[in-house]
Amino acid sequence: MNRPHIHTHSGQAQHCHEGNDTPAPSQTLRIEGASCASCVAKIEHALKSVPGVQSAEMNFADRTVTVTGGASGALLIHAVEEAGYGARTLSGASEEDSLEEREQADRAYYRRLMLNMGIALAVGAPLMVYGLFIGEMTVTTSAERVAWLVVGVVTFGVMVFSGKHFYTGAWQSLMNHSANMDTLIALGTGTAWFYSMVVVLLPSLVPDMARHIYFEATAMIIGLINLGLALELRARGKTSAAIKRLIGLQPRTARILRDGEEVDIAIGDVLMDDIVRVRPGEKVPVDGEVLEGHTAIDESMLTGEPMPVEKAPGDALSAGTINKTGSVLFRATRVGSETALARIIAMVKRAQNSKPPIGRLADTISAYFVPTVMIIAVLSALAWLNFGPEPALAFAIVSATTVLIIACPCALGLATPMSVMVGVGKAAEAGVLIRNGEALQTASKLTAMILDKTGTITLGSPKVTEVVLLSDQSEDEVIRLAASLESGSEHPLALAIQETAKERGLQIDKVGGFKATTGQGIEGNVLGRHLLLGNEKLMKERNIGFQQHLESVGKLAREAKTPMLLAIDGELSAIIAVADPIKEDSLAAIHRLQGDGLRVVMLTGDNRATAQAVADRAGISEFYAEVLPEDKAEKVAELQMQGELVGMTGDGINDAPALAMANVGFAIGTGTDVAIESADVTLMRGSLHGLADAIAVSRATLRNIKQNLFGAFIYNVAGIPIAAGVLYPVFGVLLSPIIAGAAMAFSSLTVVSNANRLRLFKAQENSRGQA
Amino acid sequence: MLLVNMTGIALIALIIWWFWLYQPKEVEIGNDDLVVIVENGSYQPPRIRIPADQSAKLQFIRKDPSPCAETLVLPDLEISESLPLNKIKTIEIPPLAAGEYDFHCQMKMYRGSLKVE
Repeated sequence: MNRPHIHTHSGQAQHCHEGNDTPAPSQTLRIEGASCASCVAKIEHALKSVPGVQSAEMNFADRTVTVTGGASGALLIHAVEEAGYGARTLSGASEEDSLEEREQADRAYYRRLMLNMGIALAVGAPLMVYGLFIGEMTVTTSAERVAWLVVGVVTFGVMVFSGKHFYTGAWQSLMNHSANMDTLIALGTGTAWFYSMVVVLLPSLVPDMARHIYFEATAMIIGLINLGLALELRARGKTSAAIKRLIGLQPRTARILRDGEEVDIAIGDVLMDDIVRVRPGEKVPVDGEVLEGHTAIDESMLTGEPMPVEKAPGDALSAGTINKTGSVLFRATRVGSETALARIIAMVKRAQNSKPPIGRLADTISAYFVPTVMIIAVLSALAWLNFGPEPALAFAIVSATTVLIIACPCALGLATPMSVMVGVGKAAEAGVLIRNGEALQTASKLTAMILDKTGTITLGSPKVTEVVLLSDQSEDEVIRLAASLESGSEHPLALAIQETAKERGLQIDKVGGFKATTGQGIEGNVLGRHLLLGNEKLMKERNIGFQQHLESVGKLAREAKTPMLLAIDGELSAIIAVADPIKEDSLAAIHRLQGDGLRVVMLTGDNRATAQAVADRAGISEFYAEVLPEDKAEKVAELQMQGELVGMTGDGINDAPALAMANVGFAIGTGTDVAIESADVTLMRGSLHGLADAIAVSRATLRNIKQNLFGAFIYNVAGIPIAAGVLYPVFGVLLSPIIAGAAMAFSSLTVVSNANRLRLFKAQENSRGQA
Repeated sequence: MLLVNMTGIALIALIIWWFWLYQPKEVEIGNDDLVVIVENGSYQPPRIRIPADQSAKLQFIRKDPSPCAETLVLPDLEISESLPLNKIKTIEIPPLAAGEYDFHCQMKMYRGSLKVE
């Protein structure tokens, strides 16, 4: 058994105690060697006695145990080993193994289906050719009876060998009072075979003209449906390509530093606080924080951001990203199922299996579909028997069989989930994480998009660009006072001033009597002087004359800078201009959104003039300035009142209420540290192109779902009556059950293939979906 | 002919009763020992009773290689899980209010329900 080497390391102590407010962290361990249910109590007891552990719950079936509390992985594993068992942390690697297993199972199933098809068609095709071109499929002489009896027995063999799963499935669900596709196939092929056998064995029960044999239909239908299932299995494999790619990002081993030596260990054995080495060209194995070295990391697989990101000590690394240039040492902060990659995989998987509301109608129909088709088959047979021409019985049997075979609940049921699967996966490839099917559908219908200015349209890291001195204070003095006053604040503008003070090496002094007025500014006492720092509103309220400087304030604002007025002891002393540059590609991305017909609105707490300048540069004509943070949600509601379906894009933390109020909230982040799952849609990339991609992908997916649903509805709505024989009175045509079998087999394949077309969708600048 | 028509109508009535009107019995969940078998187009047992306001664990084993059987969806609980082939998968059910909660495959061809009371 490959057990990790156990040792303690210095970082451990901090994990043993923690605040009571935050929920206790939990980790999951895979238990080895637990063979009986009584082991459970022993293992749980051993874990609970580890200091810091609050609870330990073992799932015997899975051989996993979930531990909550702040104990380190090494201690937990040690405790389990002391109790006489093995344990390791759960990781994405086991996921990859199970993926391989699944593919293997799929391949075996595919081969089995193809064999089924081969056998069935080998029997069915010659019979069909015989019936069409050579002889009559009827019983007249006793020699024919014997010959047909042999064929009937052979066909029964086909039913057992190639079609067993239809019949057992049909029987099982019948016993459960439910019905599915198997029921229809079993009934259809069974009826055809059974009727033919009656014709062969007891011809006297059947009128002369109706003594027709349908063994070829039974064999052909079984063969064709097996073929359809096999091709569908192949096509389905492609729909999960995106998730497979994500799972494949997880490396299998990590090189860690233990007892001063670098050793390669399995990814599942990496523990929290382990020191990990990544060399150029290698994948980062777990999430962590750089301790030593500088490098550039390619994070495009997670964020869609093509440019490598520079990393220095203190910066965060994410599992699955690729180290480009330098060798670094880092401390593992999240391992196993806790890494950003693992959480992205979990979220994408969940979203792929969730259903948008548009699919609900199809679901409701599916639930009643099969019994309804059975009733239609009976009604159609009755109609032929009552009103049909001779041989009425043969027509009745053919029409009932054809109705049962042509009806395809699968196409209907597959229409939505297949497209969602491909669409959500495609979005993930572009760094767009969609929470569920509902968000996907609503995103496709949005009519308005509100963009928060700071951090969404702009970079979100403002810098002091100039200081206009209005008294005899020096520039450094002004910055020093302002930075001291702002020292307690985490406002982006405050951070800009603090940053400048730090760059200039200025001393920060203590602030007393600090007070902040939302939407205006702050005040306080520094070095015995009373300071006011804020916008014109604040100055006006405190009767500080600034009228003569309106021109400079306006000029700065028109340059898209935010002017902050500093008053010292009641005298206006300086204007500090802070600018937050617009992201390079914001203009292009906003054009894409507008091109998609969205009404783009900007929200900002800045003054009107600055907002106007930023909006102009970003190509936005509509904006709300001087909006207090708590009023952002109100603006969303306002637009909704105007009848708009509103999307809100913001940073996920400060804008949380507005994101929640919007029909779809888009959290925009930079890199993998964005709070995944904080909104309906998470944009891993800082660029607004991610937003345009999200809209484009959701629209393409919904379009694809509609095509699928429409196709499946039309197919069934048109196919069933034709099978029942509505065309016969006018055109004299009745569908052959074999054609019905082929149509049914390929209808669901068509749905899956159409969903696969979504894979051609291209995210990125200036491209449009093609599906 | 009358006999044929009567038989047909009886058949339709039987279909309606058997598939729509009949309410099958539920199986009560015991001490973690209940395993739902996913095979041949159905969940066995298809109807499971669990106590209200208590969390429960449902174990599933998929023996059917068909991709139809792979995904288990509990729409009301926003649970959607892939069932591995021939391996037990445990689904955690949070405490629920009394009522009926359906579970099914992606296409609703495999169907079952949880009766919480």
